[in-house]
Amino acid sequence: MSLVADPATNTLPKLLARNMKAFGRQPGMREKDRGIWQPYSWRECYAHVRDFALGLAAAGFKRGDKLSVLGDNRPRLYWAQLAAQALGGMAVPLYQDSIARELAFVLDHAEVSIVVAEDQEQVDKVLSLAGQLKNLHLIVYEDPLGMSAYSNDILKSIADVEQAGRAFGQKHPGYFERELEQGGAQDVAMISYTSGTTGQSKGVLLSHANMIATSESFASVESVKRGDNWLCYLPMGWVGDSIFSLSTSLVVAATCNCPESPETAQRDLRELGPSALLGPPRIWESMLTALQVKAADASPLKRNVYEYFRRLAERRELLKGDGKSIPRSMRFGYRLGEYLVYGPVRDQLGLRNARWCLTGGAPLGADTFRFFRSFGVNLKQIYGATEASALVCLQDNNEADPNTVGRTLPGTNVRIGERGEVQVKGPGVFLGYYKQDAATRDAVTPDGWLKTGDAGLVDPRGHLAIIDRAKDVGKLADGTPFAPQFAENKLKYSPFIREAVAFGDQHPFVAAMISIDMSTVGKWAEQNGLPYTSYMDLARKPEVANLVVEEVAKINATLPDATRIRRIVLLNKELDADDAEITRTRKVRRAFVAEKYAPVIAALYDGARETQLTMDITYEDGRKSQLTSTMLVYDITPAGPAGPGRLAA
Amino acid sequence: MNFTPGSQQIKAPSVQLSVAGVGKRFGGVTAVDDVSIDVPQGRIVSIIGPNGAGKTSLLNMVSGFYKPDSGRIALEGRDITKMRPSEIAALGVARTFQNIALFGGLTVLDNLMLGRHVLMRSGVLRCVLYWGLAQREEVRHRAACEEIIDFLKLQDLRKQPTAALAYGLRKRVELGRALALQPKVLLLDEPMGGMNQDEKEDMARFVLDVNQERGITVVLIEHDMGVVMDISDHVVVLDRGRKIAEGPPADVQANPAVIAAYLGTSKGSGSA
Repeated sequence: MSLVADPATNTLPKLLARNMKAFGRQPGMREKDRGIWQPYSWRECYAHVRDFALGLAAAGFKRGDKLSVLGDNRPRLYWAQLAAQALGGMAVPLYQDSIARELAFVLDHAEVSIVVAEDQEQVDKVLSLAGQLKNLHLIVYEDPLGMSAYSNDILKSIADVEQAGRAFGQKHPGYFERELEQGGAQDVAMISYTSGTTGQSKGVLLSHANMIATSESFASVESVKRGDNWLCYLPMGWVGDSIFSLSTSLVVAATCNCPESPETAQRDLRELGPSALLGPPRIWESMLTALQVKAADASPLKRNVYEYFRRLAERRELLKGDGKSIPRSMRFGYRLGEYLVYGPVRDQLGLRNARWCLTGGAPLGADTFRFFRSFGVNLKQIYGATEASALVCLQDNNEADPNTVGRTLPGTNVRIGERGEVQVKGPGVFLGYYKQDAATRDAVTPDGWLKTGDAGLVDPRGHLAIIDRAKDVGKLADGTPFAPQFAENKLKYSPFIREAVAFGDQHPFVAAMISIDMSTVGKWAEQNGLPYTSYMDLARKPEVANLVVEEVAKINATLPDATRIRRIVLLNKELDADDAEITRTRKVRRAFVAEKYAPVIAALYDGARETQLTMDITYEDGRKSQLTSTMLVYDITPAGPAGPGRLAA
Repeated sequence: MNFTPGSQQIKAPSVQLSVAGVGKRFGGVTAVDDVSIDVPQGRIVSIIGPNGAGKTSLLNMVSGFYKPDSGRIALEGRDITKMRPSEIAALGVARTFQNIALFGGLTVLDNLMLGRHVLMRSGVLRCVLYWGLAQREEVRHRAACEEIIDFLKLQDLRKQPTAALAYGLRKRVELGRALALQPKVLLLDEPMGGMNQDEKEDMARFVLDVNQERGITVVLIEHDMGVVMDISDHVVVLDRGRKIAEGPPADVQANPAVIAAYLGTSKGSGSA
């Protein structure tokens, strides 16, 4: 019997109770604190959830109420969500780096009554909004540091709430168990707000059945086992974290491990050596960049050894991809490389124990993908949508391919609708958008298929391949089809390019706005004796422009002539989620960017040598000001590196 | 007068550190001349003044690096004028230096552990055997250091040698090492010197937290008037070795003698 059909296991908190009974002493969660991995057994997890839930009940939290968590991945923030769900409430996890205005929208729209915040910084953000949120009546904080000077009635520490819960529990024996019993599979477990690449974000209602069924079929396909270790480092506001960290770990009784802080996540990853790792393309790209920088810094001997085996692994991977046999000498070399390079590199990255690694959320460049696979990292693509509980397709171990996203999960079906749009039906498909019935009707076909908005096709093997957002796929003026993400991913493979936005729809050629990677370009500048002061200064250096132009020319050599990038402009700031240019999951908000940078785009196509742009700048503390700056436009000549771009001056 | 941290908060706090008529001469130069300051328990007292006013000399006398030629310094009523620096440190007075004085080759954690040296009891033999008391002691001290690492948000730098850290971070580590001593009184000599605005704001936040969360009395020398006026309870102004004014920040700012010391009386030169 599936978990969802069994009334003893059909909600997430009921699964926690099952794990507590079955595996009580084994670690359910770990948290790195004070430099040590501190374990919490399933029994402790359950006790915390129960006490916190009773504390919420004492504070008037009822069935159908909403609780938000705001902070980095912390066991107590996961427990708070389970506590709310145990009482029949809904969890509304938030992105920890959201600015107050974004929080205000979600908290108001979801009618959140209780916010559990990690620390003083997050409490300050919520307190600044408390006046405008009529439903909010309690803010609970985890870390008491800096909180002693606050004397606000709506503030309580987690310890206070748990204490109140224990007192409430003594007065109302059996209350928690009765509430837990009442929960059903179709209850809303969470409202996940979409990252909103298209306008205002929407609240996706996911039921316990959605989440548990998705996790169950994921666990069956990937053979996730009890006792497996996950590193919980992805933003709690992202639906993927709720599915993989919370739901899947409860379903199979795997252990969630919370890093000490975002800055230590990389080191904690290495210490832990998790059984698997899930990351958006950004994570894999930055891992690769860090590795390339380290390799370039190594002594000549090490650098040459690394470079030799990297090339060997790449050739082997290409042969494998083409289905050709691998020569004996190459097999021997690869085995040697495993000892000298690949194994140690995997160990450095913390992937030594990882049976598989997943990338999803956005397409990952084929070169990056191939690199990790060639080094023995079992990296595979997955495809999902918030509205489909984060997971629709994933690749089989033997079928990893950078160009597809694999087969559908068991029980889930995919079809291609009009304009090539991918449509999904299955147990993970959401209940609807919260308080947005019109949007729900737009997102689901009359016969009940979810319209993902992604353009894709199913290849002969039965793999789904995603081309781009359906509405972004366009045509060049001569009719050549053009998918901006494809060009952008090519560009982002260069370690010097952090973000790129490509244009071409209805235009005669492809052009791109590029923001450089401050750390790698900065290092390059230092090595070349090029002094600079700031990001803007660096981006305006003619030498840096030459560097990037050469990189783009190299990339162009791998593209068909029609879709080569002809002109670029170097932005004088990084695209920033605080300026609403990209989402918190680092997806470009195309329509917004096109509008904001309209003069720049015009300059890309009218042959201008430079362009002026007036921008509203938002500082980290929320202050705003205006800045007018000049950006230079560079031509990419077809000759490649031999013909660097010319300067305007 | 036996006032220890953790006992009942009293409305009008008692004087924790008292400097009475202290003077110090270096050859013909009078560095500090008959200065008296009372530092109340649990407050932040700032000492300001132009370069060469005698601020650091005064701090050096409190921490025992210099012996005053005249006057008396008392901690919680106990005369510490003639004590050695290590004895004063053991009584609960910790300090940071204007020019950072960390062990560059040691990690952040080891520098903090060194800060706890005066609190450690195990002898060489016990430490070599690493058994019983020595082991328990190490665990206890490590836990205390980890708490400071958490407090100052140094988690990602725990195992980094301090020489490789940015200037602002080294200053923060130095504050951490002073805190590792579990002081009652913290003497900070220009903790924000040479920092950018962001780093200054962070440091000011930490100083306030040290004071409010841990109840540690702070004596601060600082040149950034914005910071001083923001976080101090009481400001003392020195000029050429003499105390020329003291009081709440707003009063001191308006004091003509202070303005004169900073800007000069007749011709406007010099700056803070």
